[in-house]
Amino acid sequence: MDLMDGKLELRETQKLEGHSDRVWSLAWNPVTGTGGVLAMLASCSGDKTVRIWQQGSSKSFDCTAVLEDTHTRTVRSWAWSPSGKLLATASFDATTGIWQQIGSDFECVATLEGHENEVKSVAWNASGSLIATCGRDKSVWIWEMQSGNEFECISVLQGHTQDVKMVLWHPFVDVLVSVSYDNSIKVWVEDGDDDWHCVQSLGEAGSGHTSTVWASSFSECGNRMVTCSDDLTLKIWDTSGNPSQTSGDGYVPWQHICTLSGYHGRTIFSVSWSSEGVIASGAGDDALRLFVANKDNLVDGPSYSMLLKKEKAHAMDVNSVQWNPKDPQVLASASDDGSVKIWELVDVSQ
Amino acid sequence: MVTGLINANPVVYERKERHLRSSPVVIDEYAVEPIDQLEIFEHVRDIKDPEHPYSLEELKVVTEDSIELDDQQSYVRVTFTPTVEHCSMATVIGLCLRVKLMRSLPSRYKVDIRVAPGTHATEAAVNKQLNDKERVAAALENPRLLEMVDECLAATYI
Repeated sequence: MDLMDGKLELRETQKLEGHSDRVWSLAWNPVTGTGGVLAMLASCSGDKTVRIWQQGSSKSFDCTAVLEDTHTRTVRSWAWSPSGKLLATASFDATTGIWQQIGSDFECVATLEGHENEVKSVAWNASGSLIATCGRDKSVWIWEMQSGNEFECISVLQGHTQDVKMVLWHPFVDVLVSVSYDNSIKVWVEDGDDDWHCVQSLGEAGSGHTSTVWASSFSECGNRMVTCSDDLTLKIWDTSGNPSQTSGDGYVPWQHICTLSGYHGRTIFSVSWSSEGVIASGAGDDALRLFVANKDNLVDGPSYSMLLKKEKAHAMDVNSVQWNPKDPQVLASASDDGSVKIWELVDVSQ
Repeated sequence: MVTGLINANPVVYERKERHLRSSPVVIDEYAVEPIDQLEIFEHVRDIKDPEHPYSLEELKVVTEDSIELDDQQSYVRVTFTPTVEHCSMATVIGLCLRVKLMRSLPSRYKVDIRVAPGTHATEAAVNKQLNDKERVAAALENPRLLEMVDECLAATYI
């Protein structure tokens, strides 16, 4: 599909209801939706549960499991392991739950404890050997997966001066990104001796955000990253440099490319980069927006423009947007209105 | 540790006369009645101060003019004035305002709560916290804080 030439529309294909409180986050199971395996999606909510949505033969999604009675407070986010067999939940109850799929059921097989208070985000690295968690206690923890569903904390990273909103691993290498209420984005690597440290902090001085950074997403090849913020902008970063390469000569591995401002009227809570290069944003003004890189206009470096805006995509704030990794025309969104919606990007120019 | 009251002797102002709303001439009784400034004020004027037996109206923390509203855009902004510049209760008062409006207004509403410019020592920090919905959600899951908020709001539900 040539995105810049067609007339595109985001068409709602299904509304998934069941949560009794706001839906904070969602994620596609990375090993489903391909090779004859039907897609699976999970959503987590202020109602303290996670719901698993399984696509049926008619293409529509049904709730096949509700993960409950484990967290005593909001489940803020969760992440699938790369194998799609395990999933981790981050909760305001200060714990991270590890769940395993057993048949069609999910069972909580481990609980990671250590954060002082609310855990805000959890992420698996590309190989599935490490988990990162972060929270309101300003710290980022790295856990190593051992045999038999045992997890050991190998590092507690201090550096943020406020609430850490989200952690995310680079899609191929063990580079960790954390974004925070302190407006900064930090990049963490291991020094080869199990010692993790911050190699770069993308802050206001380096064309960074001027308010809370809520989320981040990498492009498919990992050489670009987009971040979204309460400052009403999206920022695109060049992440092709190697952050492990440290040298004293002022080498700056990751750099600001451009800032997309003037498009959003309220806080941008979520951003997702599709494998076809489309950036979706979900914001506090109930709308979904899609952005793509301009084909020409490379004189001043890459630039991005808005492809379309879907007003009133939800009845309330949009908290999470996620492209289906296996089907880049399909987007899922979650909202304060308690629903999850499935969207299809269709060309309506014919 | 703070001992005693943060503002021991607040100035108490007279409550505004409760003017009954002059009912407009009904043309279409099924027409949607827009929400106005006064209606929002009615929701928040009786919120009790966290440390004094006075309402936010009596302490001039909120006035009718501190409410900005755009019903068509479903938007409300409440700008409140803490009684003293170093009031450590400012976030609790702001939280009470937010919770009350969250419970009273239709869910389509976007609410911003702000400290009046120049009236608080840590204005930016208070504003940022009050408008971070994740932190507000987490705060409201704290039973002690929720109890405090509910106590301040109790008088507004009559």
